[in-house]
Amino acid sequence: MVPISYYLGLSAALFICGIAGFLLKRNIITIFMSIELMLNAVNLSFVAFAAQLHNLAGQVFVFFVMVVAAAEAAVGLAIIIAVYRTRNTLNVDQVDLLKL
Amino acid sequence: MTPNEISYSHILPEVVLSVFGMLIMLAEPMLGERASRKPLGYLAFFGTLAAGAATLYQAQYPGFAFWHMVHVDAFSTFFHLLVIGVAAVVILSSLDYVEEETVHAGEYYGLVLLGAVGMCLMSSAVELVLIFVALEISSIATYVLTGIRRKNAAGAESALKYFLLGSFATAFFLFGVAMMYGATGSTDIPNIALTLAKGSIPGLVYVGMALMFVGLGFKIASAPFHVWTPDVYEGAPAPIVGFMSTAPKAAVFAVMLRIILQTGAPGWLYLIWGSAALSMTLGNLGALLQTNVKRMLAYSSIAQAGYILVAFTAAPQEATSAVMFYMLCYAAMNVGAFAVITFYSGKDERRVHLEDFAGLGATNPLLALTLTIFLLSLIGIPLTGGFLAKFYVFQVALKANMVWLTIIGVLNSAVAAYYYLRLVVAMYMKPAPEGAVRVAAPLPMKIALLAAAALTLYLGIVPTGVLSYTTEAAAQLLTAPAVKVVTGQ
Repeated sequence: MVPISYYLGLSAALFICGIAGFLLKRNIITIFMSIELMLNAVNLSFVAFAAQLHNLAGQVFVFFVMVVAAAEAAVGLAIIIAVYRTRNTLNVDQVDLLKL
Repeated sequence: MTPNEISYSHILPEVVLSVFGMLIMLAEPMLGERASRKPLGYLAFFGTLAAGAATLYQAQYPGFAFWHMVHVDAFSTFFHLLVIGVAAVVILSSLDYVEEETVHAGEYYGLVLLGAVGMCLMSSAVELVLIFVALEISSIATYVLTGIRRKNAAGAESALKYFLLGSFATAFFLFGVAMMYGATGSTDIPNIALTLAKGSIPGLVYVGMALMFVGLGFKIASAPFHVWTPDVYEGAPAPIVGFMSTAPKAAVFAVMLRIILQTGAPGWLYLIWGSAALSMTLGNLGALLQTNVKRMLAYSSIAQAGYILVAFTAAPQEATSAVMFYMLCYAAMNVGAFAVITFYSGKDERRVHLEDFAGLGATNPLLALTLTIFLLSLIGIPLTGGFLAKFYVFQVALKANMVWLTIIGVLNSAVAAYYYLRLVVAMYMKPAPEGAVRVAAPLPMKIALLAAAALTLYLGIVPTGVLSYTTEAAAQLLTAPAVKVVTGQ
């Protein structure tokens, strides 16, 4: 059996890839995909723990995460379309009406 | 009543709010194209009244329900009433705003109520799955509300920033929950508390608490997770800023109290100490530089979150009571201040700069007077709720030997007086510009403003009733029975 630390290592690596993508990428759609990657990294942790603990709560949690991620995707894509219609760009550097 | 059953009375306010939210969305297409949307607003307001009544009914049946998913106690009742009250005031102050700005009224009022469902549920949830779902119900509703003026470029941009950073923070919160689950084998708060009390604390618990704090810290806009706040508050509709700067924050503070104090997990004290000191300092310094009043109040809300975090460093029962009292005062004064801005800013929110408020004391005495009460309370002048709330927070922090944190907090309160008073001075000491508007506020707006102002003064003058309630609720929260739940194999 593959030890749990391998799964957790993979999950942490994917999570960090997601963070890096979120911070470094400039296209809004790519940033959005990075967030999905982070959520799926979390799902992997949950499933790995659930298998190790012989406890179903972790697997159930994954379903909730997937449902919420789908709801978030629907709202997020709608917001991205609204931004594109008003600004004609998907580059975050050019969405700068409000000063930071 | 056994905990392991479906009991709708334990989620009655949420059910009422959901029903009204959906009714409003269904009712909007029935109205004619040019018809006034105000009836929808009144329906929403009636919905909040019904939900408030449902909360009072529910308070008679405390305890667990839905297989230890929700726990009704004085603590959850307090936050239910707070969230529902904020929603009611926001709806009253939005009635004319929604007509003017031509936003989709059905979605607007519907989402305010559905967002409130998530926030109410957060305050009674005792299971991390439900906390996560409730947090997302409230977050997704506020993402949409932020961008509800979708033809407005600033509105869409602020919704995008809020959405991207909010989802980013949610991922951190979830990763923290996963670590907590891995360390304790449960996602149920009483169960986690039992496991942690039994033996040595695995390192994963510290990682989990830190990651959860990142996620929740974002939602309450505490430094260093605050960078989104000024941009989002500037671009979002003014009544919605009043809503999302108070109600979701209150709900997240309730979740933090439950997670931190009920699980008894270690390792969060230094995180909170640092975050509180940073929030107060960065929030107040940032506010000094602003000339846009919405942006200034955004920085002020970061600082206020810092003051509330100071209370977390005190002894558990006093901390809970102080957080509850501060949150109630903060909700009253902030939602009131944004109600004034909602009305005064006018179509497309043109008048939101400091110079636009010049002479308001002469042209619009009621608005100026109520805004002054809210600002004095935000500073912490005696006879207002803000003073007692700050006093209480610093007092309990001092008792827990948090001397340096208290000193930072008191110094910050002095700095804060400058930028709040600048607005008061503009209103009363400067002449009104040419062509200043002299529009009397409509009745619902007056009711909303007077209710918020009355609560602010009430909490400052006769706080004993509320204080004894928060003390009692804090005691109930901390002695909540820990029940071992048998989870399925």
